Amino acid sequence: METYSLLREFADSWMLLALFAFFVGVVLFVLRPGSSKVYRDVADIPFRHDDKPAPVGRDAKEA
Amino acid sequence: MFNYIKLIVLGLVAVMAMIAANYGRDLAYQVNAITVALAAIITFIFVLRRTGEPEIPTDQTRYLDGVVRAGVIATAAWGVVGFLVGVIIAFQLAFPVLNFEWAEGYLNFGKLRPLHTSAVIFAFGGNALIATSLYVVQRTSAARLWGGNLAWFVFWGYQLVIVLAATGYLLGATQSKEYAEPEWYVDIWLTIVWVAYLAVFMGTLMKRREPHIYVANWFYLSFILTVALLHLFNNLSIPVSIYGSKSVQVFSGVQDAMTQWWYGHNAVGFFLTAGFLGMMYYFVPKQAERPVFSYKLSIIHFWALIFIYIWAGPHHLHYTALPDWASTLGMVFSIVLWMPSWGGMINGLMTLSGAWDKLRTDPIIRMMVISVGFYGMSTFEGPMMSIRAVNSLSHYTDWTIGHVHSGALGWNGMITFGALYFLVPKLWNRERLYSLSLVSWHFWLATIGIILYAASMWVTGIMEGLMWREVDANGFLVNSFADTVAAKFPMYVVRGTGGLMFLTGALIMCYNLWMTVRAAPRVESANNAVPAE
Repeated sequence: METYSLLREFADSWMLLALFAFFVGVVLFVLRPGSSKVYRDVADIPFRHDDKPAPVGRDAKEA
Repeated sequence: MFNYIKLIVLGLVAVMAMIAANYGRDLAYQVNAITVALAAIITFIFVLRRTGEPEIPTDQTRYLDGVVRAGVIATAAWGVVGFLVGVIIAFQLAFPVLNFEWAEGYLNFGKLRPLHTSAVIFAFGGNALIATSLYVVQRTSAARLWGGNLAWFVFWGYQLVIVLAATGYLLGATQSKEYAEPEWYVDIWLTIVWVAYLAVFMGTLMKRREPHIYVANWFYLSFILTVALLHLFNNLSIPVSIYGSKSVQVFSGVQDAMTQWWYGHNAVGFFLTAGFLGMMYYFVPKQAERPVFSYKLSIIHFWALIFIYIWAGPHHLHYTALPDWASTLGMVFSIVLWMPSWGGMINGLMTLSGAWDKLRTDPIIRMMVISVGFYGMSTFEGPMMSIRAVNSLSHYTDWTIGHVHSGALGWNGMITFGALYFLVPKLWNRERLYSLSLVSWHFWLATIGIILYAASMWVTGIMEGLMWREVDANGFLVNSFADTVAAKFPMYVVRGTGGLMFLTGALIMCYNLWMTVRAAPRVESANNAVPAE
């Protein structure tokens, strides 16, 4: 089989499936149980370290 | 020690650039070579003055904001230049006499048009993206920028790209690819700068103190990575001579066209959309003082957007030599793109839920909201125009220009203005902006300007499309091309007026920001009270 047809067949089948599965996987991962709590916390990241970086040796969240 | 290596490299670059200027085969190449030599000499002197001085260790307990300040200034300045050239070419179309005889070959529409597009997209938009991304990645990673002064190299290197490209265009160096006009040596230099940018951004993410990578950074990172990929493939060319600006594309025919529009549309998708969405996901929550409406939606928005956008390019090539299946694929993906785009728009707008009253009191949030509104509008219009039947009417007409500008002026422009109004008081340690009523003036001038622009382009675009396809009872075309040109005159004047209003608004913004730095009261006890580094 010539390279074009081979790649084309691969792209139309397994690669398409893999990309689609990855995408569906992302959506399912985002909706996993318990994620709301995590995301409520990370959505606050912009409000934490406005003026200076987190001090060394401490957890970033406490600063 | 490292300084000596830098000096050797800079010296070599300066000498080689001067040799290149001497042997240069065309004017654009010679001017660019002299520019490079000058840049290398200035940097050489700058490094030399610091060589042998005791090294000041970087203060890891502070953010590197000097480069962001420089980026903010560059964004505002290039913005005004880009808008001004836009207004000039808009009036050149309305009044061809403005293509002056004495400037023929340099300042006529054909030469200025790529200067305008590159200035607004890459100089204004690019500087806004670099500056805000470096600001946002530090704040959301709780870490200083990685790589010491590498960020400064990125900033000045990028300005050099802009200057080389702009002077090159006027003197005739172009590879004739829309939004990728710069010739081979500018492409190579941009690649080096871009890799350094990626290193600074990734390095900062890697040393982040927040365990989670905030969603804005995902958008910025996808923008940096994808633009690198697009740039490399679309600029595969072989220079005719190492001493000349002309190069020949490696691809030809329909393959070249497909690569070009895969690049072109993803420049819209990843430069003007993903990057600016990174801005939206940071600055809208900050200005509204509440977290993003749905963080889950923002993650799905991100993955859906980048998975779909990359396929939409072929819709630029309906009814061409491109195989039907490819243009159908592009069309279908463009329509699917509606979903993530509107998901993102809803996420941005709903961030204000519970704080809608701010729209009345805060003109900056108004600017951001209208920007997200324009994002929604142009991501509705775009998929519609990508449908083959609609495209047969809209393609090659001014409707396309109107669409681009409602996206670029409305979405990219307004969110950038909002970000600049947010950043300047923070970066220069000012309590507030100089004048909120001037922000309101800017807001209304820009909004009405965009509306005049988009509305006149809809009218003239659809009129043009209908005139071109009108046939009489015997099947002959009714109108000649010149008939449509004549019929468009009033709309061209309205468009130029809209652009003039947008430019005026930007000038008001520059004055307001300047006065904020000059005259607004300082914040007394802030931690970021550091002089420019």
